[in-house]
Amino acid sequence: MSNAVSALQGASFDGYCKVEEAGLTGMITLRGELASAGVAKAVKAVTGAAMPGQGQITEGAKGRAGWMSPDELLLIVDHADAPAVVQAASTSLAGEHALVVNVSDARAVFRVKGAACREVIAKLAPADTSVMQPGMLRRTRIAQIPAAFYLEDDETAVLVCFRSVAQYAFDLLKDAAKPGGEVFG
Amino acid sequence: MLILECPYCGVMADETDLHGGGEAHLKRFGPGSSDDDFETYLFHRKNPKGVHFERWRHVSGCGKWFHAARNTMTLEVYGTYSAQTTEPPKAIVNAVKKKHPEWEGWT
Amino acid sequence: MSTRLAQGGRLIDRSKPKNFTFNGKRMKGYEGDTLAAALLGENQMLVGRSFKYHRPRGIVASGAEEPNALVNMGQGGRFEPNQRVTTTELFDGLTCTSQNHWPSLEFDVGVVNNYAARFLPAGFYYKTFMAPAAAWKHVFEPIVRQSAGLGKVPTEADVDRYEHFYYHTDVVVIGGGVAGLAAALAAGRSGAKVLVMEQTHHWGGRAPVDGGEIDGQSVEDWIAATLAELEGMENVTLRTRMMGSGVYDHGYVLGYERVADHTPGDGRPRHRLWRIRTKQIVTATGAIERPLSFAGNDIPGVMLASAVRDYVVNWGVSIGDRTVVVTNNDDAYRTALALKEAGLEVPVILDARDEATGPLAEAARDAGIRVEPGRAIAKVNGGKRVTGVSICLQAGEGAALEEIPCDAVAMSGGWSPVVHLWSHCGGKLIWDEAQAHFRPDPDRAPTGHDGEAFVVTAGAASGAMSLADTLENAYEAGKTAAKAAGGKAVRKAGPKAEAEEAQPMAPVWIMPQGAGPQKRMKMWLDYQNDVKVSDVQLAAREGYESVEHTKRYTTLGMATDQGKLSNINGLAVLSDALGQPIPATGTTTFRPPYTPISFGAIAGEARHEIFQPIRRTPMHQWHEEAGAYMEPVGHWRRPYCYAKPGETNEQAVHREVLNTRERLGLLDASTLGKLIVKGPDAGKFMDMMYTNMMSTLAVGKCRYGLMCTENGFLSDDGVVARIDEDTWLCHTTSGGADRIHAWMEEWLQTEWWDWKVYVANVTEQFAQVAVVGPNARKLLEKLGGMNVSKETLPFMQWADGKIGDFDARVYRISFSGELSYEIAVPASQGRAFWDTLLEAGEELGVMPYGTECLHIMRAEKGFIMIGDETDGTVIPQDLGLNWAISKKKEDFLGKRAQLRSHMTDPARWKLVGLETLDGSVLPDGAYAVGEGDNVHGQRNMIGRVTSTYYSPTLKKGIAMGLIKHGPDRMGEVVDFPTVDGSNTVIKARICDPVFYDKDGEKQNV
Repeated sequence: MSNAVSALQGASFDGYCKVEEAGLTGMITLRGELASAGVAKAVKAVTGAAMPGQGQITEGAKGRAGWMSPDELLLIVDHADAPAVVQAASTSLAGEHALVVNVSDARAVFRVKGAACREVIAKLAPADTSVMQPGMLRRTRIAQIPAAFYLEDDETAVLVCFRSVAQYAFDLLKDAAKPGGEVFG
Repeated sequence: MLILECPYCGVMADETDLHGGGEAHLKRFGPGSSDDDFETYLFHRKNPKGVHFERWRHVSGCGKWFHAARNTMTLEVYGTYSAQTTEPPKAIVNAVKKKHPEWEGWT
Repeated sequence: MSTRLAQGGRLIDRSKPKNFTFNGKRMKGYEGDTLAAALLGENQMLVGRSFKYHRPRGIVASGAEEPNALVNMGQGGRFEPNQRVTTTELFDGLTCTSQNHWPSLEFDVGVVNNYAARFLPAGFYYKTFMAPAAAWKHVFEPIVRQSAGLGKVPTEADVDRYEHFYYHTDVVVIGGGVAGLAAALAAGRSGAKVLVMEQTHHWGGRAPVDGGEIDGQSVEDWIAATLAELEGMENVTLRTRMMGSGVYDHGYVLGYERVADHTPGDGRPRHRLWRIRTKQIVTATGAIERPLSFAGNDIPGVMLASAVRDYVVNWGVSIGDRTVVVTNNDDAYRTALALKEAGLEVPVILDARDEATGPLAEAARDAGIRVEPGRAIAKVNGGKRVTGVSICLQAGEGAALEEIPCDAVAMSGGWSPVVHLWSHCGGKLIWDEAQAHFRPDPDRAPTGHDGEAFVVTAGAASGAMSLADTLENAYEAGKTAAKAAGGKAVRKAGPKAEAEEAQPMAPVWIMPQGAGPQKRMKMWLDYQNDVKVSDVQLAAREGYESVEHTKRYTTLGMATDQGKLSNINGLAVLSDALGQPIPATGTTTFRPPYTPISFGAIAGEARHEIFQPIRRTPMHQWHEEAGAYMEPVGHWRRPYCYAKPGETNEQAVHREVLNTRERLGLLDASTLGKLIVKGPDAGKFMDMMYTNMMSTLAVGKCRYGLMCTENGFLSDDGVVARIDEDTWLCHTTSGGADRIHAWMEEWLQTEWWDWKVYVANVTEQFAQVAVVGPNARKLLEKLGGMNVSKETLPFMQWADGKIGDFDARVYRISFSGELSYEIAVPASQGRAFWDTLLEAGEELGVMPYGTECLHIMRAEKGFIMIGDETDGTVIPQDLGLNWAISKKKEDFLGKRAQLRSHMTDPARWKLVGLETLDGSVLPDGAYAVGEGDNVHGQRNMIGRVTSTYYSPTLKKGIAMGLIKHGPDRMGEVVDFPTVDGSNTVIKARICDPVFYDKDGEKQNV
């Protein structure tokens, strides 16, 4: 729908890393038996991605699939496609115990771009960012809110949090990326 | 500030990523139970100096509850394991016994 | 006088002068100076006054152990008291002032305490400020307030920024002296990930001051070569200006990095707190020299021997022209030699030992210095500055043998390893008889999560006092730590130095050993807090046997330096007084931080707008632009009301109530929790979570439900909607969504893990708007879309469809008693939906309303509010909600508890309505009193007000409250005494809590 907007409508900040709100992103929570063939099939069908293992995020032609817990996945697709994806995955999983819900609008997504993207997140999250590589997903907190992050490439971190705290998360990332705050170099 | 390995995520989680939930392996008493049993269930908690079994939730991680066998004095962690068990698994009990042969065991 | 020498100073760059001011006086130092060095270079020995007696205080040390030299630093938004000059780097434009004196540093009236010192013994405050109680307010407290505290409190907010940094590594080496570098070398060579931190801005510690050779190079050359090697290792990170502040459980370390203290205003964060998780820690924290206890040892000009040496060698500053050295060990001879080399006079070295035979003593004699073994200082002469010393026999009682004029005294009572970081997390100490110090016991190290040791000490911090021993010990420590952290075995040999011969030190705790009371009253142990040998001895006589008690009674070691100089000396004096060996007395507890760290660093980023997360709904910005008065609800900010220009908040609330009741109101209800519960066992699960029967709720219908804790107490409430055969949607309170979500997950994961139920929190997926009032349906019909008629969408049902162009789920539920639709749309369209409703509703008299209006309308209807009618001790039965408690269910959370005798007591306070006889509004929380008094002589209480408002609808005060036997006392009048001082009683009649539309006709149209 044309009047749909993300929490911060693409706000961005140029620090020693660039911080930008990614805009509307389709996100689906899928809870189910991750070992079942049905779930893998449904994930493949809607994202093109393979089933992610523990701590992983996989990428396919239509989206990504991130491992959130032993019985939960986060599917990332185009925002406009999310309702149809929920429909398709629900139908596909009708025969087993599963829950598929659209959480696209419950989330805010940020990109932190730059060679020091791990360092910026490390100012806020207790997780070990130095071991993070593309293909890994980590759920942790940034300052006082829950967040998950993964790397699109070595210099682009994607961070997901709740929509209501988008401004807080943006302000945190801005503060962490402020010039002069470089820890190394 | 503890670190505990989340048995579900496989990560060493910082205490600030966790939420403590007190004694593990409580048995729930509901309607029909005696006043004494119900009172014990609600209020009576072990407070050992030494080996203890606790509930923890990986609250800003996977959100799952798990159990930890921990020493309240030395803070040594003998192991973490699924919350979906009514008593500590054998491997955990063995890990404790290996360090503390005199330990009287989980009751 | 102290002065800058024409030559020397390995750390300063004389081509880069730096200007600063002290007490408004312009002074000059050089790049590389500490503020202490620069002050001494300008002959500013007197820097403050002591806490209790306001005695003149000079700089006594050259590092973090300094007890005296604390100043007020900076101005305005960068003002900070109690800054230690010995750890402050000099920069251009630095301003500082001395502390704890009035009217001036040179002349301080507080010094009268000094002359009354006989009357201010240990425990003076405890003994004096006791009775009468009335004296506290008018006499004692003003005295204590006047004299308490050292520096001034800042008056402006801190303008700097601070941050945290989480860091994960294998090995942390704390301390960048030769021991730390040697340990880092070993750890670095193992391939482990290593972080090395040094609290000052230069590497190498004090070894270059002491001299010597490592691997055939000068110490300085070795340091440079080692740094080069470490810098070349990708796995090693080196940080200066970073102090190891504390060691905590499971390998957690705080590193306090002073990023921009020396470059204020350059845009960098002032401090960065490193929150480090490491597998292993090497503490290479060195050792601290102890003072000697002789009469007048606190007079400015008396300084640690090592500090005197540091100032000469590092900064080219002499403390005096004539320095008497007094010692019980060999190391202080190095000071005498360094002074001599700098062209300064050392009239005598007083060595408390019976003989002075070591190579250093020989070297001193060879340099023409008079060495006097078996001698002590009987007394230091001088007031604000040393003028001379009286010499006596150490073995005697202090009869003066000779007077020696001098302007400085360099003292050394031996060295104590810095064991703080070792001890923070439980590392144990052993008493080393030969060195007369406590040192870490390597067999009793702090243990981590795996039960294995995670701290190892290196160098002087281990008690290895010579260069050769330090290097060997530290390199081994580095290897040990690296191996434990998973590094490769290191075969390459470590750095070596020649072993030196040394004469053993002799423990000397007071000087002379037979000093009488007059002298002991002038022997300072704790310079900052003014604790003397006589105070500790008095405490022992008064029965303080535990060192922890003595510490608190005398305040020994409780100042901002935490007794870095005074602890061991104090312990020794206490042990002597108690007639027991020092290890039997033990030490006080070492707690982090090692030295004070800034509040800013602890707070990190959590200041100003990011102090706390603020949760915003999709319509938040509209509310702010509309001038809404916002109130916190959990972390949410919700509009309390929307006051128009010229309107008070109260007037706005009343307008909103009337407009909603008469026309049309809009409420942003997005904050309400929304949880999806789905699965084949969801019905069974819902029946356990709610007191109501939820499994029988028909698809398409809504039901108000209650949730209790296992204690039986009401915990949350909300409307539940049955979505399909195995899916329910649970609304929770605004603050309760995360809590209830966690509550459900907890039961599913830890008790009923075999039940097939999934829960998802979709609270923020939706923007939810309550469209409320007689015109509500007209508005929705005007927008078009789904059928919202009474017939198609009756009260307490829901339906999916379109409202205008918006995909919506519409619930016909009412928290106001009016015709009401709660409409959920995707959050991304929430603002657009809100705008659409406002625009279309204009001709229908639409107005947004806030939480206070919501509260009044629900109270008029007698609806309870979690947190008002409940407080964690209230069960649903107390609130007349028995209708919502299923009697058919065998079990639900809280059911068993609600059968406990106290819960079924008929005398429990129960919910009723209250209307005042005069129509006024009862005060919130007011208590109702009954007959008689309780055991404390207070009136017996029989109830309290839980919600109270002025009802604009009914034009009078209405209230709800919990009253003993309340429902049985309808129509009776109860007394609510006021607490506003008027001594009046408000009378209120007990009534039905439903004040408005008792039959619910308005909501069901």
